Formats: sequence, structure tokens, C-alpha cells
Amino acid sequence: MSRNEHVDRRATWAGQWWKHALLVPLTLATLYPVLWVVKMALTPGESFELSANPIPTEISFENFATLLGQELFWRQLWNSIVVAATTTVVGITLSCTAAYAFSRFSFPGRQAGMSALLITQMFPGVIMAIPLYILMDVTGLLNSLMGLTLCYSTTAIPFCVWMLKGYFDTIPKDLEEAAVLDGASRWTIFTKIVLPLSKPAIAVTALFSFMTAWNEFILAATFMSKESAFTLPVALQAFVGDRSTDWGLFAAGAILVSVPVMALFFALQKQLVEGLTAGSVKG
Amino acid sequence: MVYHPGVRRLVPLLILGFLGCSTPPAAPTVTLWHAYRGEERVALDEVIERLRATEPGFDVEVLAVPSKAYRSRLMSAVPRGNGPDLFIQAHEVAGEWSNSKMLRPALFPATTGPDAFAEPALDALRFRGETWGVPLAVKSLALFHNKAMAPTAPTSMEELIAAGRGLGKVPLAYEVGEFYHHAGLLHAFGGRPLDEDGRPELTSQGVQDSLAYAAMLAGDGIVPGESDGALVATLFNQGEVPFVFNGPWFLGEIRADIEYGVAPLPTVQGKAMKPFLTVEALFRANHGTAADAHVLAVVEALAGREGSVTRAVTGRQALAHLDAQRDPAVAGDAVLAAFSAQALQAVPMPNRPEMGAIWEPASAALRNVLRGAKTPAEATAEAQRMAESFLKPPPDPANPAPYLLLLGFLTLAGAASIVQKTRGTNLLARMKAGRDGYAYAAPAFVGMISVVFLPFVVGAAVSLFAHKDAEFTFVGLKNFWSILTSEGYGFTDPKSFWFTLVVTVGWTFANVALHAGLGLGLALLLRDPWMKLKGVYRVLLIVPWAVPNYITALIWRGMFNEQFGAINGLLELVGVDRVAWFSSFATSFAANLTTNTWLGFPFMMVVTLGALSAIPRDLEEAAEVDGAGAWLRFRHVTLPLLKPALLPAIILGSVWTFNMFNIIYLVSTGEPNGSTEILISEAYKWAFERQSQYGYASAYAVLVFGILWLYTRGTARLTGGGGALG
Repeated sequence: MSRNEHVDRRATWAGQWWKHALLVPLTLATLYPVLWVVKMALTPGESFELSANPIPTEISFENFATLLGQELFWRQLWNSIVVAATTTVVGITLSCTAAYAFSRFSFPGRQAGMSALLITQMFPGVIMAIPLYILMDVTGLLNSLMGLTLCYSTTAIPFCVWMLKGYFDTIPKDLEEAAVLDGASRWTIFTKIVLPLSKPAIAVTALFSFMTAWNEFILAATFMSKESAFTLPVALQAFVGDRSTDWGLFAAGAILVSVPVMALFFALQKQLVEGLTAGSVKG
Repeated sequence: MVYHPGVRRLVPLLILGFLGCSTPPAAPTVTLWHAYRGEERVALDEVIERLRATEPGFDVEVLAVPSKAYRSRLMSAVPRGNGPDLFIQAHEVAGEWSNSKMLRPALFPATTGPDAFAEPALDALRFRGETWGVPLAVKSLALFHNKAMAPTAPTSMEELIAAGRGLGKVPLAYEVGEFYHHAGLLHAFGGRPLDEDGRPELTSQGVQDSLAYAAMLAGDGIVPGESDGALVATLFNQGEVPFVFNGPWFLGEIRADIEYGVAPLPTVQGKAMKPFLTVEALFRANHGTAADAHVLAVVEALAGREGSVTRAVTGRQALAHLDAQRDPAVAGDAVLAAFSAQALQAVPMPNRPEMGAIWEPASAALRNVLRGAKTPAEATAEAQRMAESFLKPPPDPANPAPYLLLLGFLTLAGAASIVQKTRGTNLLARMKAGRDGYAYAAPAFVGMISVVFLPFVVGAAVSLFAHKDAEFTFVGLKNFWSILTSEGYGFTDPKSFWFTLVVTVGWTFANVALHAGLGLGLALLLRDPWMKLKGVYRVLLIVPWAVPNYITALIWRGMFNEQFGAINGLLELVGVDRVAWFSSFATSFAANLTTNTWLGFPFMMVVTLGALSAIPRDLEEAAEVDGAGAWLRFRHVTLPLLKPALLPAIILGSVWTFNMFNIIYLVSTGEPNGSTEILISEAYKWAFERQSQYGYASAYAVLVFGILWLYTRGTARLTGGGGALG
């Protein structure tokens, strides 16, 4: 087989039809439940119908208008943005410094520290809720967005450190050694050389921290004592009653909550692929 | 790093957002919490607004909490003194929460004394000689009928069935598998959940007959056998069912153009169907700080005559206030009149703490009989055993001295072993040399230790205690002993730790295999740089990761509905019979698995894509030139190169899946019979749905942690140190 033919086979639809034949049904199956959420959100009032058809038969933006027309919605959106943004900043800062320590320094307890991070992923959240509440109460962090931010960013840290360390490990040390010879401090090396080279991994860290804070509702509903201090997912859960649920508003809210995350995924697609794993492969 | 100027402007705003939320209230304030939504909430706000206008001496702070977080919020906040002064809750908590000192006896205003309210509503709020709340509204099921299909309401089940046949898809719809909705039949056949002394009484003939009757209704196609609230509402709104049993919360779900009537529940075989009566009441939380006079003013505003009328007219609540019921604006409402009439023909739900142990076993028995898995006699006997085991007294207190000694000894041994290991290695000097490392790692670890490790240690320590009525008793390792010996259950019973462990391990293994397999397959398909539409596929296939899983899980549950779900619809198209997904272990497990695979494969796909992009293409092409087939190339070249990236992701993925609570809780809900429960969802049920047995739940969680720890230790050894996993 000549090299030329090889390329031709790849570039034409004909050579790829079997891939599309596999991917199209899989993609449709993947989108099916999401289309249902969209249908519920676009169906006005209580006129939802039973059928397997995920395409809305009636389209109305009533549910979205109801949501967006509430002053409280914008206030809670703002809270969500504040909490998610600060969580992202705090999460990135803490994860990057810790990951740098694990990647570049040797100190007693380094191995134990990395294991400890993994161990936290095994803690069952069920038993931690009440002690966490008591802790927040004792430290006066109840009712403050700061307390929420602290909880969210620490939840995201272990995965982020683990991933960032893998990435830092792949950055050649020669650059840093050269900088040391030029008299640069550790901090300068870290902020001026390592971080700029790690953009994909930092982007993934940002996405993870952001999502943790953006989607959580139990802690937010338990810790905050004013509706104007709630975050969007709490507002969303308010449409779910004990014995009945307002599905249209719930679905419309879910879409509004998901849009920023999807936009981030879309924008960070390339970094996501690089940042998540490049480290562990090259290293 | 250069920041965008916009970032700099955002920072002060963020700081303002932080500070804006913690200003202390200045004026005297009464706080009131509720979980109302829709019209009920509008009515409540209206009443409070009126109060604010007439009582300038103090403020009322109202907080609406989502019902899913309401109970746990009250249970965390009230014992810590952070609770409200007043809160609205169903009467059934009166027993449990007064025992655990969360409540103070009710205060009645002088103008609205106890005698202003209907006696059954007051009685529902009495426990151990005290009245614990001021009744606001009474709620129970009643009969809704679509007037276009059935102009008059039948008075007996026999009449209802005869009239309803042929009017739609089914004659009647209600949540047949929920014990709360079953109560009408239960009482008609002479059954009751608890005896006078609060012992479960689930094996009586009455209970058995009521279950048999419900099974007949589902078996003869009179009611849909699998139905939740959304399905009942949709059927009614679509004109597919003429009759529905439902409560007043259903009023807000009926489409505006449907003309309906409400009537008391029909009789069954000549006996009255008496549903459970729920009395919503204003409770006074313990440790509330507001002055009694202010609290009384709020109670009067809400529960008094004027407030009651507002709640009836605007909020469509059936009232407990007798005089307000006679107000022309209220008495003229036929719907409310029907609900009020039904309230007189209803049995107040027992408010004893023991009732908390009934729901799960009784619902399980009901569903077992409905799906024909067990006879009423077998199902009720099993439910009785389960309820008794939930109510078994806590283990005897243990002497903490031996445990403290053991703890001291272990601490010493640990310290000694560290000293032994580091002797001669000049630990101090090495620590000094590594101080930069500590400095960089410290901020993250200070956060982790205080917010993650500390709560975990405290929560884990609870496993050595038994919790009852807000008191913890030290019991040593008895919780663990009871779990590991599967006390009260056979080893193959779904409630046994070992059964659940096997399910959990199978669940984890199956999920991770599917995530990795599907992720790998898709990544290989999408890897080709010349592939058309590659970017589109990648973006679309990532969508499940981006939508919050608490909503997609609910959608999946709906898709697996037996009669109306999309999955069965698709199966029918290809000529396969409908499957009752949540009726057998294998199909229910498969439903959970499908949902979680859908949620989890994008992560693995992205990880694999990243790993693939880092593999030099020449290696595979060299193999191709050497004549190796596609499979051989994949098996001997690609896969070994992927392993270092996939292994950590798989280990982490299995840890996450092992504790994947949301899917089990929202999709199969443990059905059938608790057999698809995993360890973490069992722990949750012990903590929050079975008499608040925190100690027992904590012991479960500690075991979960231990298993995962052993697992990662094992895999680390297998993979030679585990590289990136430390």
C-alpha cells in the first residue's frame, strides 16, 4: 500500500462511513435524555405529554421568562458566580502550589501527603455533613459565602493536585535549572516558568473547581440563612416539592445552570484533552 | 502573568459579595422557616407582609428552604441553636423531635386558643401530654375527577371501576406503590401500621387484605402498576384517566383548561377509605431567641382567623381553624369543602417516633405484592421483621477504658515505629532542607485537614456510639459487630452488609469496565486527525458530563418507567415485550448501570483522547508496515502505551463509582426490595431514614472507607507503586 493511498483513504467520507455509522447512533443516544430536559423546559404550563418523542411539539419560553423575571434569580445567579469564581481562584492557587511542592521538592512526608490526597476521595460524605456544619458554626463561617467557598475549594483540591502534579512532572527541569543559575528565586521560577507552561492543566483545574461550586446545593441550602444568599442550584431545587414537582421550571433552571458549564467545556475542549492526561503518559 | 483589566475590576465586586451577607440583624426579629412553594408560598408572604405593616415593633424574617434540604437543615441547625423561632412542618415529627429536644410546646395566642381548631388536627399534634404545634392546614388524599370524562364522582370503588372502564387508558391513577397513598385502602380493610404501644403491626389480616386488593387493582389494569406523581399528573392532564387519588398539592399541577371536581374517596366493599391525615403546623424550635410576645403575634397572624382565610383563598389550603372554615370566601370553595370533608374521614398519621421505621418496610411489602413477587402473608411477615430490626434497642453501653488504653497504645506504637524508621536518617535535617516544599504544600493541607480530615475523623468516631433521642452512648465496636455478623438478617438478605458489599463490588466493576471500554472505543474512533465532524462529535459526547446529574438521573428514571417510559417504547418498536425495569434485581441493576455509564463515559473518553494524542504515531505505523493487523497493533502497541494514563483514571474512577450515591438514590431507589442498594446509600438510609441511627450509619461509612483503602493499597502494589497515585 503506498503512502498516498493511505492518506486518501482517511480524507474521504467513503473510508470513514463505518465510523459515522457507529458514532451517529451513539451520539443520538447520548443526547436523548438531554433533549428531554429541553423539551420539558420548552413545554408550557402543565401540558406535558407522554411519548417517546424528544422533540417538543409546542414551544414556549414561558418557563424561562418566569425564571428570568424574578429579581431573586439574578441575585442568586450573582451569588453563584461569586462563589464559583472565588472557588476557582482559591482552588487553583492552593492546588498549584501544593502540586508544585509534590513535583519539585523532596521532603519527609511527601509520599504520605500524596496518599492522603487520594484517601480523601474515599471519605463517604454521608457522615461528614453534620460535623462539617458544627465546624462552620464554631468558626463563624456559617452564613458566609467564604465558608461555602472554603468547603468547595477543598473538595476540588485532591483531584486537581493529583492531575497538576502529573503535568508539572512532564515539564523539563533544565529550564528551571538555567533560571536558578541566573539567580531566579523558586517563586519566580514557579510563577514565571512553570505556570505559563501548564496552561492546559490549569484550565482543567479551573473547570473542575468551577463545576464543584456551581452545581452543589445541599451545603448551600444548609449553611446560608437568607434566600438572597442562596446559590442557583438551591433555587432550582425549590421547584421540587415533597409530593409534587414543577418540572417545566426545574428543567428550564437546569438548562440555565448548565449553559455556562457547557460553554466552558466547549471553550476549554482542547486544554481538557491535553491537561487531563498528558502528564501521566509522558512521565 | 498579565491579567485582563476586567479581572481587576471584578475583584472588589467579589469582595463586596463576600461581605454583603453577614450583617447582623438590628431590630428584634422572629425567624420563620418553611418549605412551601407555589400558591402556598404566595399566601404565606401575603400574611407576613400584612403583619409587617401592622406590627412595626419587630421584623419577621422568612426563609423558604427546598424541601429536599429542609429536614436535614432543621436537624443540623436547631440543636446548635441556629434554628428559627418558628417553622412549618407536618405533625408527624412531633414525637421524634420532641424526644430529641428540638421542640418547645406550642404557644397559643389569647385570641386563637386551642379550641379554635378542629379536634382531630389538635390531637395529631399531641404527644406525651403536650401539644407541640399550632395547626395551620389539613391535608389528605381525595378523589379528583375529570368532569369532561366523568361528570359525577362515584361513591364506591365498584362504581368507579365500572364507570372508568373505557374512558381513557386506565380508569384510575394514584401512586399505588407508596404506602402513604395506600393508607386509604389499609384503613378500609381494618389495618394499621402501629399498635397502641407503638409496636409495628404489619402482619394483621387487614394489612394483608389491603395489599391483596391493591395488587388486584394493578393486576386487572385498573391502575398503572408503576406510577409516580409526574405520571399521575400527565395522565390526568392528557385526559387518559378520569379518576385520580391525590392531595391538595395536585391542584397546582392540573392544566388550566381541565374542568375537574374533588370529592371524598369512594368506599371499598362498603367500607370507608380513610387516608392518612397530615396536619401542617407551626412549631416552636428549641433555643429560639425571639420574645414570646413577638412569636405569639406571628402565630396569630398565620394561624388566626384572618391569616387562615388568606391561606385558604390564595394558598388553597384546607383549614384547621373552625371559624375561618365558615367564612363565605372559604365555604364557597367546593374543592376546599371536599378536602375538609375528607379530613373528617381521615386517620391522622401516627406522630410517634416509631412511625419512622414503618415507611420503608411497608412500602417494600406493598411493592413486592404489587409485582407478584410475594404473597401478602410473606411480604407482611418480612416487613414486620424489618420494622422490628429498625426499632431494636441500641446496644448496651460499653466501658470506654479499654478502648482508650488501646488508642494510647496504638499512638505510642505508631510514634515508636516512626522514630525507628527514621533513626539515623537525620530526619530533622531533611525536614529543614525540605522546608520550601512544606511552605508550598501547607496552604492546601491546612484547608484539607480542617475542612475534610477533621469532619471525617469526628464522623468516623461516631461509629463507636449509638444515637437515640439526641443522645450518644458509647458502645465500642458493637455497631461493627452487628453489621459484620449481619445481625437480624440472613447473609443473603438484601439488608445484610455482605449482600450489599457484593452488589457494590459488582456495580463498581461493571461501571468501570463500561466507562473504560466505551471511552476507549470512542476515543479510538475520534482519534483520526482527518476524521470529518470530529469536533462536533467530541462536543456532543461530552454533554452528559456538563449537565448536573441530579436532573439527568431523574430523566433516566422516567425513561425506565414500565408503561410510559421511552425505553419500553423503543423496545416495543422492535417487537420486544415491555420490561418492568425496577421489578427484578437484574433489570433494576441494569437501569442504574445504564444511567451511570451514560454519565461516566465522557470522562474516560477525554482521558483516553489525551493519552492517545501523546502516543507517537510512528510506533503503530511501524507495526503496520511490519504487517501487524489492527487488533495486534492495538493489543501490543497502543494499549501498553495507554496503560500509564488509564490506570490512575480507572483507580480513581472506581473509588468514585463505589460511592456514587446519587444514581442509586434517584434511579432505582434500591428497588426491588433494597437489593440494588450500594453501601453508601445504605449508610445514608440508616442515618436519615431509619430512626437517625447515626452510629450505625457511621460504622457503615467507616467500613466503606476501609474497603477502598485496602483496594487502592492492593492496586498500588499490583502496579508497582502506583506512580501518579503516590
